[in-house]
Amino acid sequence: MAKKEFQRPDGRKPDELRPIKAKVGVVPNADGSAMFSTGDTIAIAAVYGPKKMHPQHQQNPEKAILRCNYNMISFSVADRIRPGPSRRSMEISKITEWALEPVLMLENYPNMVIDVHINIIQADAGTRCAGINAASMALAHAGIPMRGIVSSVSVGKLDKQLVVDLNKAEEDWEEGEGATDIPISMTSDGKITHFQLDGKINNEQVQEAIRMAREACKKIYEIQKEALKEFLTENEGGKNG
Amino acid sequence: MSENGKRKVVIPGEVIVEGDEYLPGEWTEKRGNKIVALRYGLGEESKKLVRVIPLSGIYHPRRGNVVIGEVENITFNGWIIDIGTAENAFLSITEVPKYVNQNALEEVMDIKDMVVAKIKGTHKRGIDLTIKGRGLGKIEEGIIVKINPNKVPRVIGKEGSMVKLIKNETGCIITVGQNGLIWIKGDNVDRELLAKKAILFVAEKSFVDGLTDELKKWFEKEK
Repeated sequence: MAKKEFQRPDGRKPDELRPIKAKVGVVPNADGSAMFSTGDTIAIAAVYGPKKMHPQHQQNPEKAILRCNYNMISFSVADRIRPGPSRRSMEISKITEWALEPVLMLENYPNMVIDVHINIIQADAGTRCAGINAASMALAHAGIPMRGIVSSVSVGKLDKQLVVDLNKAEEDWEEGEGATDIPISMTSDGKITHFQLDGKINNEQVQEAIRMAREACKKIYEIQKEALKEFLTENEGGKNG
Repeated sequence: MSENGKRKVVIPGEVIVEGDEYLPGEWTEKRGNKIVALRYGLGEESKKLVRVIPLSGIYHPRRGNVVIGEVENITFNGWIIDIGTAENAFLSITEVPKYVNQNALEEVMDIKDMVVAKIKGTHKRGIDLTIKGRGLGKIEEGIIVKINPNKVPRVIGKEGSMVKLIKNETGCIITVGQNGLIWIKGDNVDRELLAKKAILFVAEKSFVDGLTDELKKWFEKEK
């Protein structure tokens, strides 16, 4: 078969992200909050704490505990999903904790807990990445000491072609070898904090996928940075600073 | 950032200044010859010392802060006070400027009483409070308003200008706790409620420029 030019369903270039929006301070009652959306995926993260850990036996006298809660709202997808925790949402909550923990300086808050609630109000693939991006901004907004910001993106292999930031149509790709989804999170200086792979892919293409994720995360980082800066400039008006 | 004392918004992991001559201050870290911010806020450099002034997040207790709290529990030698922090705050009987009967601590302050206290010191396992000093002690009457601790500097204003204006306009005695609790005591409830409304107005409009004048106009309208 003659090799024809690869076309993504929505006409994006392989390394092109969906339109991204980011906003800080969206939940007034939280200590820190942020919204992150890419294409039709929208995630809202709210951070509460650091606060005293209860029950007491779960306290760690060495450092604070990060407790993430990923939740897809029942109306976030076309067919209503059953509300409440599921096997999938519990796994993603844990993954999010692991992706964020390396940058947090939890040792400053012994015996305490930081609660992160991530709600997906609209889902079109890449929800865990949007959740991690929003949570990372919300943690910064909550004034938690951090070594850096985490940015996350999913790289996918559609048949043999690598592309970034899959949407639902691409995630369900069936032609050729099908779709392989690789969510990757990394810090602003390029250290990987989270890497998942579900499917078939060869060694060289994994290397290529990481390289593509690195480029995409740089772009996402700039958007996160801008959103955080915009919030303070707007709310403090440069008055006392 | 080359000029002394100039501030800019920084995010965690962002390089504030580059150069071997700078020293890392509060919420910053040295990585090679770069000074990196560890918290979200305003980065400031003065006399080669670089620090970050946080503007969001929970209240961080500091020595010398006046706070308002609620008595949570009584122990054999003092009181546990809830000042809105994760750590416990402890007020020892030796820090009360009058005679306390060791067997009847609740006669001085009982559970659920409110108290104005000063932070004597913070350490790994909690906060020590004192009520020795002017304006400190148990709250007997008045109302308490809670605002976001980050808005406290706005409510106080430059050299206390904002709180002074509210005091003058309402004739109430106002004590602002750094933890976001504000005690208002006036001659009658109406005045106290007016002061409360004014404080909530300031907290909500905290990002408006020239807020003191705005508040003056607001008072004229309210009267």
